[in-house]
Amino acid sequence: MLSCKEASRLISQSLDRQLTVRERLSLRFHLLLCDMCVTFRRQLGLIRVAVRRYKTQIENNENIVLSEPVKVRIDAAMLEHAKASDGD
Amino acid sequence: MNEQHAWLTEHGDYLYRFALARLRDPHQAEDVVQETLLAAMQNQSFEGKSAPRTWLTGILKHKIIDLMRKQVREQAMEDIGEDLPDEPGMDEFFVGDKRHWDEAPQRWDVPENDLEQKQFFMTLQDCMDRLPKKLASLFMLREVQEEDNEEICKALGITATNAWVMLYRARMSLRKCMELNWLS
Repeated sequence: MLSCKEASRLISQSLDRQLTVRERLSLRFHLLLCDMCVTFRRQLGLIRVAVRRYKTQIENNENIVLSEPVKVRIDAAMLEHAKASDGD
Repeated sequence: MNEQHAWLTEHGDYLYRFALARLRDPHQAEDVVQETLLAAMQNQSFEGKSAPRTWLTGILKHKIIDLMRKQVREQAMEDIGEDLPDEPGMDEFFVGDKRHWDEAPQRWDVPENDLEQKQFFMTLQDCMDRLPKKLASLFMLREVQEEDNEEICKALGITATNAWVMLYRARMSLRKCMELNWLS
């Protein structure tokens, strides 16, 4: 039977790659008997969900904008860039 | 130039939020938006295949990967000799022969209520900020930007095994940090 350390590694890796059949079976067996690893798996799932939800909130928050001075700066850099390319 | 100017006025704020959600540092985010727009001016041949915002966002994503690559490289120079191990460590979370958890993982949820959720995200951000830089960069690319592992390994010059080990460490640290700072 897997140790909890091995099980926790496989749980993490299952978020990054397809586990082999053998790995999946031994992990499933471990999870049947180990509530702690079940809770651990749930925690990692929640972290993934939370991180994505947080990202979406920032991306959709229209109160977060480039400041005016920064826009002016970027605009100037673009103009400069356009001029430099024209000179080619 | 008018059309290019519109990239800034119409998509600049969105690109900034996109970058900020990943980099969390406003100055870095501003700089990478500028780089993206300048790069877009040089790559106009690719334009037209997709909506400007999609196209610009694609360039921005690559700029962010480049930035992470630089950060990971600089970090690697600073801790010379500390190779990326294949063995994850993390023994402190387990007892005795590592068969069992030292402390049982706790049950918690992402709150639905707005105010609580805000506090929850602040705690999460704080925990991500506490990760060692290399782990934080990798975790961001994987979990925030949702790059697949192959892409990440290619960009950062690490093996798949290294990436799995580092992501495991990042997640182990984050979940412990959330238990300590969110639950209590």
